[in-house]
Amino acid sequence: MTNDQSPSYKTSDLAAEDIDAYLEQHQHKSLLRFITCGSVDDGKSTLIGRLLYDSKMIFEDQLAALEADSKRVGTQGQNIDFALLVDGLAAEQEQGITIDVAYRFFATEKRKFIVADTPGHEQYTRNMVTGASTADLAIILIDARKGVLTQTRRHSYACKLIGIKNIVLAVNKMDLINYDQDKYQAIIDDYTEFGESIGIDTFTAIPISGLAGDNIAAQSDNTPWYTGKALIDHLETVDLDVTSDQTGSFRMPVQWVNRPNLDFRGFSGTIESGAINPGDAIRILPSGKTSKVERIVTFDGDLDEGVAGQSVTLTLKDEVDCSRGDMITASNSPAEVADQFETTIIWMDDNELLPNRTYLMKIGTQTVTARVNQPKYKIDVNTTQQLAAKTLELNDIGIANLATDKPVVFDAYENSKALGGFILIDKISNATVAAGLINFSLRRSQNVHWQAVDISRDDHANLKNQKPAVLWFTGLSGSGKSTIANLVEKKLYRMNRHTALLDGDNIRHGINKDLGFTDADRVENIRRVGEIAKLMSDSGLIVITAFISPFRAERRMVREMIQDGEFFEIHVDTPLEVAEARDVKGLYKKARAGDLKNFTGIDSPFEAPNNPEIRVNTVEMSAEEAADMIVELVLEKQDK
Amino acid sequence: MTRSLTHLERLEAESIHILREVASEAEKPVMLYSVGKDSAVMLHLARKAFYPSPPPFPLLHVDTTWKFQTMYDMRERMAHEAGMELLIWQNPEAVERGINPFDHGSTHTDMWKTEGLKQALSHYKFDAAFGGARRDEEKSRAKERIFSFRSASNRWDPKNQRPELWKLYNARKAKGESIRVFPISNWTELDVWQYIHLNDIPIVDLYLSAPRPTVERDGLTLMVDDDRFKLEDGETPVEKSIRFRTLGCYPLTGAVESTATTLPEVIQEMLLTTTSERQGRAIDKEEAASMEKKKQEGYF
Repeated sequence: MTNDQSPSYKTSDLAAEDIDAYLEQHQHKSLLRFITCGSVDDGKSTLIGRLLYDSKMIFEDQLAALEADSKRVGTQGQNIDFALLVDGLAAEQEQGITIDVAYRFFATEKRKFIVADTPGHEQYTRNMVTGASTADLAIILIDARKGVLTQTRRHSYACKLIGIKNIVLAVNKMDLINYDQDKYQAIIDDYTEFGESIGIDTFTAIPISGLAGDNIAAQSDNTPWYTGKALIDHLETVDLDVTSDQTGSFRMPVQWVNRPNLDFRGFSGTIESGAINPGDAIRILPSGKTSKVERIVTFDGDLDEGVAGQSVTLTLKDEVDCSRGDMITASNSPAEVADQFETTIIWMDDNELLPNRTYLMKIGTQTVTARVNQPKYKIDVNTTQQLAAKTLELNDIGIANLATDKPVVFDAYENSKALGGFILIDKISNATVAAGLINFSLRRSQNVHWQAVDISRDDHANLKNQKPAVLWFTGLSGSGKSTIANLVEKKLYRMNRHTALLDGDNIRHGINKDLGFTDADRVENIRRVGEIAKLMSDSGLIVITAFISPFRAERRMVREMIQDGEFFEIHVDTPLEVAEARDVKGLYKKARAGDLKNFTGIDSPFEAPNNPEIRVNTVEMSAEEAADMIVELVLEKQDK
Repeated sequence: MTRSLTHLERLEAESIHILREVASEAEKPVMLYSVGKDSAVMLHLARKAFYPSPPPFPLLHVDTTWKFQTMYDMRERMAHEAGMELLIWQNPEAVERGINPFDHGSTHTDMWKTEGLKQALSHYKFDAAFGGARRDEEKSRAKERIFSFRSASNRWDPKNQRPELWKLYNARKAKGESIRVFPISNWTELDVWQYIHLNDIPIVDLYLSAPRPTVERDGLTLMVDDDRFKLEDGETPVEKSIRFRTLGCYPLTGAVESTATTLPEVIQEMLLTTTSERQGRAIDKEEAASMEKKKQEGYF
């Protein structure tokens, strides 16, 4: 394939003639990050390969390898298969699909470009959202023969959701419909109608052929009826929106406290919006303390002004408390602080969302513990309909309220991606399980305050002449939890200790009778028991609980609710065969027969504790012996 | 007053943000320092990120004992200037067995670099290591995250990478796992050169052309850097005006013939060149997916 008709947009001529002039020019380039999205076979990889090829970012050795690869595994016969340039991983080349986000780079005279190449097929939508999160512009590819598809809608919706303002509709493979203007126009009309339904009011449509090069680097003679810009020209000139970032109110999340010696204390961070000058009044959130900026320190000397996008270090006129996670904001226009929000959540993990489980939430430089309520609804991105949802699965987008364990400094996502976008992290696997957008804070979090009480938990405990504790028994059904817990309570009672026993079955007859045995219901079951145990231990009681409580995350959640040193995790470690052989309630038999779903140990997992305070081996010791051991160990630890 | 940041200013701010996030969230970070141009930029960015403090982590050079001599001189000088501790690791087994690029082929890279790096990271118990890799270097790099996780056995699983959204990097990991962090992922070769030029960053003079003793072997122009170079029958070093686009072990690194003696001239040659940067490295040519395999095994 020759490429002579395509003008080069790499400035090799100037580089050859006057390198200093070239460097001067290149130094003032701006940066545009964009994402390409489309369905499988829409030609994304081919388009990007073409952009790299036309801008001469492909070198001879790569081209030689490409030609060889094209003949071996290419889909273009003896011609160069540009897609092979970007389908990097060996696994992908075998399958002929792109399975992950890949980043590509090219430059023209005016701009440097970073391209996020993201997969089109359904199961990897999370990668598209990932690619979109850093993009200034999106190219949505449409196969001219196929028109607007379900996936076009899905990708457009995601781009709109993530807040990409510049949308380019690239109608590709025009060569295969003979550059037919009517067919092109029909696609545009179709997309306009769909775009309006999801709030995309403006977009730029360009008829192209990635394979043949039409309207990529220059206007094509094949589409004389098209009077707009070629793709590259559009990418080079589209407005970058930096002004709106810089004219906003000053916001700088503190990343790192810079303290080389006793005489210097600076706060390092990236300015997310607005501008700052020495002398400006600032407010530190969430504490609300105020001060003034003394210096804007950088390695290259102090600045007179810092603007959005720069990474700087600020020193303040006063010795005020400020650390990582705090935000320095304009004093007269601070960010919001709240602990309950309505959010939009894009679920990205194979394991579904468990409402009311606690996750870590990272927003800016803040990391807090967050709990997501059952979603209000999820969104069918193909029809934008709202659907009822109890949970969110991989690639689901839903609306849900979320509460954090401490106040979070934020701006709504529509005002600031940096201060309103967050990720959720699973506490056990450490996986990034979701991306989220803060829509707004819930008023009630500002109006509900803790009622201060005069009788403290110490007063309650002193009156009972004991130290409160929560003895949390966990183990398989039939492991002996209830039996041993009952014995422990009897022994403590005889020692004049005040106790309360919460047993799984009893609780499920009463306060938790609305809950079943799905994973989500199990989480809520344990959360409620944890809250009850907390209230009772605050009243000075020794609380004994006997629940299967199969998940580590929930046991950890309860541990975090309870006062330090008062939580005793007791693993009644009975092997499954033994518990099943006992089968006191006949439940294993039912579960094996398939009459009982989600039964722990059979078709629902039991995650054994890694480091329980006490482990009981019921094969080696009797229930009586176990109870003696537990009482002895608990009282011993309490005395320390 | 508003002003558009240039592409280099945006890249610099992004890299500094990444460096600070790791310094804040990792327990024991380290910066891998190879003395090459990418390392030079990464080190310079680290000095900027934490100024006026010195970067709050040490430099680690995983040495093969076969680098160019001037690289060793530069290494000491730069660590001193930055006020950072310099750790040097040489795989003791490779030392003992005298592994070298002349006799041991690909075992040389495996043992000194891949194994050496794994040993050093576990010896010092580093949980995060900065590397100067760029996504434009090679196809499998283009898909790697900025925060790239390694299992306790140092393996990379390309199909199970964490999504990276906005500027929110998830640095959490289980005991024994580690992160490789690439702060200059989004820089290109041209960006690196231009930044070195604008900031006057010291680099090894091997990047600039000068008359040097060379031999031709397997299509590569190699420099005879010291008397350990085993000349084959009929080989005599010839003086040629050469420079290097990338620096590794001297017996494995191909030079290009060049007259570029200043940085702008080097950039000029680069812009007009027709071969890619890694072409000078023997490691990549073995097979198309060689880098991906090496990375899964733990190569940086």
